[in-house]
Amino acid sequence: MAVVEIRGIRKYFDKVKAVDGIDLSIKKGEFLVILGPSGCGKTTLMRMIAGLERPTAGEIVIGDRVVNDLPPRARQIAMVFQSYALYPHMTVFNNIAFPLKAQKVPKRAMQEKVEWAASMLAIAQLLDRKPRQLSGGERQRVALARALVKEPTVLLLDEPLSNLDAKLRASARDELQRFQRHLGITTIFVTHDQVEAMGLGDRIVVMSGGKVRQIGTPQEVYHDSADTFVATFLGSPGMNLVERDNFLVGFRPEQFIPKEATKSQDNLKSLPFKVNRVEYLGAEQLVYGVIEGTIDDDSLILAKLSSELTLRIEVGQCYDFVVQQQQLRFFDKSTGQRIEPRPF
Amino acid sequence: MQETAATDVARSRDTSFHQHLTDREGVLGTLFLLPAILYIAVLVGIPFFLAIAFSMTDVTVGNTSLDFVGLENFRRIIRTPQFQRALINAFLFTLISQVIIIILANVLAVVLSQEFRGKWLARTLIILPWATPIALGTIGWLWFLDSKFSPIDWILQNVGLLGPGTLLGPGRHLNFLGREWLAMASVMTVYVWRLLPLSTVILMAGLTSIPEDLVDQGQVDGASFWRIHFQIKIPLVLPILYIALLFGLILTFGDMVVVFVLTRGGPVYYTQVLATWAYFKGIEGGSLAEGAAIALFLFPLLLAVAILILRTARRMEVT
Repeated sequence: MAVVEIRGIRKYFDKVKAVDGIDLSIKKGEFLVILGPSGCGKTTLMRMIAGLERPTAGEIVIGDRVVNDLPPRARQIAMVFQSYALYPHMTVFNNIAFPLKAQKVPKRAMQEKVEWAASMLAIAQLLDRKPRQLSGGERQRVALARALVKEPTVLLLDEPLSNLDAKLRASARDELQRFQRHLGITTIFVTHDQVEAMGLGDRIVVMSGGKVRQIGTPQEVYHDSADTFVATFLGSPGMNLVERDNFLVGFRPEQFIPKEATKSQDNLKSLPFKVNRVEYLGAEQLVYGVIEGTIDDDSLILAKLSSELTLRIEVGQCYDFVVQQQQLRFFDKSTGQRIEPRPF
Repeated sequence: MQETAATDVARSRDTSFHQHLTDREGVLGTLFLLPAILYIAVLVGIPFFLAIAFSMTDVTVGNTSLDFVGLENFRRIIRTPQFQRALINAFLFTLISQVIIIILANVLAVVLSQEFRGKWLARTLIILPWATPIALGTIGWLWFLDSKFSPIDWILQNVGLLGPGTLLGPGRHLNFLGREWLAMASVMTVYVWRLLPLSTVILMAGLTSIPEDLVDQGQVDGASFWRIHFQIKIPLVLPILYIALLFGLILTFGDMVVVFVLTRGGPVYYTQVLATWAYFKGIEGGSLAEGAAIALFLFPLLLAVAILILRTARRMEVT
């Protein structure tokens, strides 16, 4: 059952098409991630769902009501902003209680609910503090508690982890997912960080230029990218693209390995790889180079190899690298859309 | 040869002195502060201490010898009904006009922060009373409230509220400045008119400095316009609001132009305030000592109010 339906939604700011015709359906209890580079319209889309921005065209349905004309308070949504937007003059308790006060919940029930949310997020000991006395991680929890306390139909999260340091982010990610599963709350999570998207999402919506490029599970968008944008945006580094007469061939850097390092010998596509530079990154190494002997093609190709590899890669040398045939992806040269495999 | 070397050294010493001067922050700081310190010392400090000295002597325009009389002047002025009325008026005018100003400034600041056609024209018009010289503005009001030619009277007559057999009485003129309560209300109206722009602009600056996220969050949290205004915006601009209030209090308490131009303290002495009463008593009446005592009377109180408000504003800074 779809909890949120988005039908042909558009948002134009004068001539800028921030969101340009999006259809989306979010199932009950789903963790949907909207992923895209800065300025792709993902935050605008979320603000329209929240009711902070009016769509230029299209419909938004939450539950079974069209909510286009409803203010945010009538939409049964909660939202956590990137900045957490904690009210600086209120204590943690009053911050969490604020949505309940707005709903005129009786004092007793309010107290109980705030304590429930605070204990769930392990911030019960912080209730008397002001936001400025909290660390980044604590602020994020308070913001989450304030969102959860009103038991919304849909939880909207706008890059809530981007203000945390790398170490904290990993544990916050894990925690967020556990809560979401535990409460079974329908969640829309906006991010530009593909690691977050891959790690959290049941499904990922990849956006660019105000349009949806692909919707699918993390595996689908990564391994079966719908076009060259998705293929190169996902993965770090993104997919290698080699130009051919009228199409592009793509393969992931981690699937491009020296012939000596492969076990199976069949179904391999072999390519002569001239190494320009080797970047050592600890657990792995990135090898930069070009495919030799191909038609006027000098685009940079990357291989991502394990540092455990016994074979030494020297700069300036040419090696035989291979990709498994079934891992090759083919795209139309002009449209960038995925096409059927063909000999190359 | 040796001579040239010596001049070279002297020259380099000379330039290094200049370089040093611009590098020495202590010296530079003093130099930059000097004009301000001179200004305050000559135009504020000396008159202030002179006033304290005058208030404890029997100096008059006719007899300028300073004979110490202690607090006798203060004792004498407190007993006069004119002073008592001026003291009450000073508080009454200031407090009532400040309350009205704060309320209206809130309304105006909210309205003027919205997007609408002609917003810039409206903003310019609002700021005009503050940009007009206070004496000229008050003269405008003097005509506006004239006993015979007031356009307000004319409007009231034409809508049938003033004149024989109407709600506001048989007279054809309200005589704003000639009746006790109307005169007091008139003075307060001019204070509001005069100081509203300042408070509005200060408050608008405060409101625009509130992060957009907080207002959005308020909406998402289900708060109505009023709840967002009173529970999020106002608490966040409270320190700034205190500054606006401080300016308003001090500017109204210390002002003499409005009363001087509008009513000269009349009718009788019903609209007299401390500043005008000090002037009438000290300069026009020639009793410099009593004038000084009246003028100084509120100084300790105003100082305390200023310190209190500034400290509160500091403590309340939220981010």
